[in-house]
Amino acid sequence: MSKLDTTLEEKQYLTRFKADTKSHLTVLDYDICATKCPDKLCTIFCPAEVYKWEGTRMQVGYEGCHECGSCRIGCPYQNIKWEYPTGGLGIVFRLA
Amino acid sequence: MSEKFDVIVVGAGPAGTSCAYECAKAGLNVIQIERGEYPGAKNVMGGVLYRKQMEDIIPEFWKEAPVERPVIEQRLMMLDKESAITIGYKGLEFAREPYNAFTVLRSKFDQWFASKAVEQGSLLITETVVLEVIVEDGRVIGVRTDRPDGDVYADVVVLADGVNSLLGKQLGFHKELRPDEVALAVMEVINLPAERIEERFNLEPNQGCTYEIFGDGTNGILGTAFIYTNKESINIGVGAMLSGMIRERLRPHDLLDRLKSHPLIRPLIKGGEPQEYLAHLIPEGGFRSIPKIVGNGVLVVGDAAQFVNGVHREGSNMAMTSGRLAAETIIMAKEAGDFSENMLDSYRIKVLDSFIGKDLKKYEDIHLFEKNPQYFKEYLPALNRAASEFFTVDGTPKKEKQKKMLQLMTQSKSKLKVINDLYKAWRVMK
Repeated sequence: MSKLDTTLEEKQYLTRFKADTKSHLTVLDYDICATKCPDKLCTIFCPAEVYKWEGTRMQVGYEGCHECGSCRIGCPYQNIKWEYPTGGLGIVFRLA
Repeated sequence: MSEKFDVIVVGAGPAGTSCAYECAKAGLNVIQIERGEYPGAKNVMGGVLYRKQMEDIIPEFWKEAPVERPVIEQRLMMLDKESAITIGYKGLEFAREPYNAFTVLRSKFDQWFASKAVEQGSLLITETVVLEVIVEDGRVIGVRTDRPDGDVYADVVVLADGVNSLLGKQLGFHKELRPDEVALAVMEVINLPAERIEERFNLEPNQGCTYEIFGDGTNGILGTAFIYTNKESINIGVGAMLSGMIRERLRPHDLLDRLKSHPLIRPLIKGGEPQEYLAHLIPEGGFRSIPKIVGNGVLVVGDAAQFVNGVHREGSNMAMTSGRLAAETIIMAKEAGDFSENMLDSYRIKVLDSFIGKDLKKYEDIHLFEKNPQYFKEYLPALNRAASEFFTVDGTPKKEKQKKMLQLMTQSKSKLKVINDLYKAWRVMK
């Protein structure tokens, strides 16, 4: 694999994050993910794979969030409370 | 911080900064609040900045702004699995002043632009989130920030808080966005020496080229892939409707990786080193998704107002013009001492009467292509097969070739269906 090809993990490693101490993303009702949402769409379309289904519960790795808003809009159950991280924290784009 | 200003601008992207710049230049007392570490830290754009709307604010900005390359050639690629039909226009008039467009890296550009507003007297506060708009007696009177004692008051609050515009939603100006109103874009900045870029894209130094890529770049869903040349790097990305990605269970980063390894794209970026990975939403709802943009003591500009023309990849220019028009209205309102919705409504009228309103209106039915995947999924590959047939010299008489090309275009569909589809597409684009 050349340097040009990057896994998502490597992509995320290129980008600067200043993690907040608390999550700005909140799953409102974990039961909905477990019982009503077989496809768990957020685990697919999130560009940073912030959402990971760990067998029984949705894990939210907010530290790698690009703050794009897709999860809030794309969750079929409007089950994600989406806020901004504390001022100055979260993703810090250095280039584009 | 509980001071009173003339104007609070929430957000330091192109819309907010244009507004802050113009208001401060007119002598108003302006505070601009940005949640990022610096202006641009949260902002993403594929990378084309148009000259005209920026120059309406700062004449000859390119002489000092951090721009990458003037765009002198634009190519449109209709991409299939291992072929493409490419059309383009290259013109040296675009390589000379006053230029037409530039590639830019937004973190650098937005910082510079915001610093120009500060030079005009605007107060820039970074690392500060506006949590909510303060409303009293049906009038917006200020904002609440996440700083201790962080309430700030003003005659007018300008919401330049980007595509997600939580503040517009708080005011009930728009409902939650739908997946078919936004495109999810991901991109990488890939370092490549200037000489390599110039060789591969057939450029001289200080000349740039852009590719917009339809079809296989987005796996056939409505959207575009793109490649833009910076000085010593390339921005490569994919943006597609969130609804399409959801429907087809696509991972945006997989689309990007597929594009990067596409046999027709790979040679352009070979040997490059990725520097940054970025994701962002683009408001693509068009005319019908424009929210309420004026209220008592409040205006909405830029992405927050859904001012993006996806067909022509224009957005930052609309942001700048909307910010400037908002400023014009605020200056007028200040003179009149009236910040009511009625007074500020002249902003809405100006915007709708400008290229922003007119262009968004023109393409208001663009979602035809989202609802009818055959355009990108079937016709585009069929066009490629027809072109292949056209260019293959194999002794088949041309008349027979033409027949075969037509068959390739229509395939299993009736001719009538194809003609109907093409007519509908023409109606949307005309």
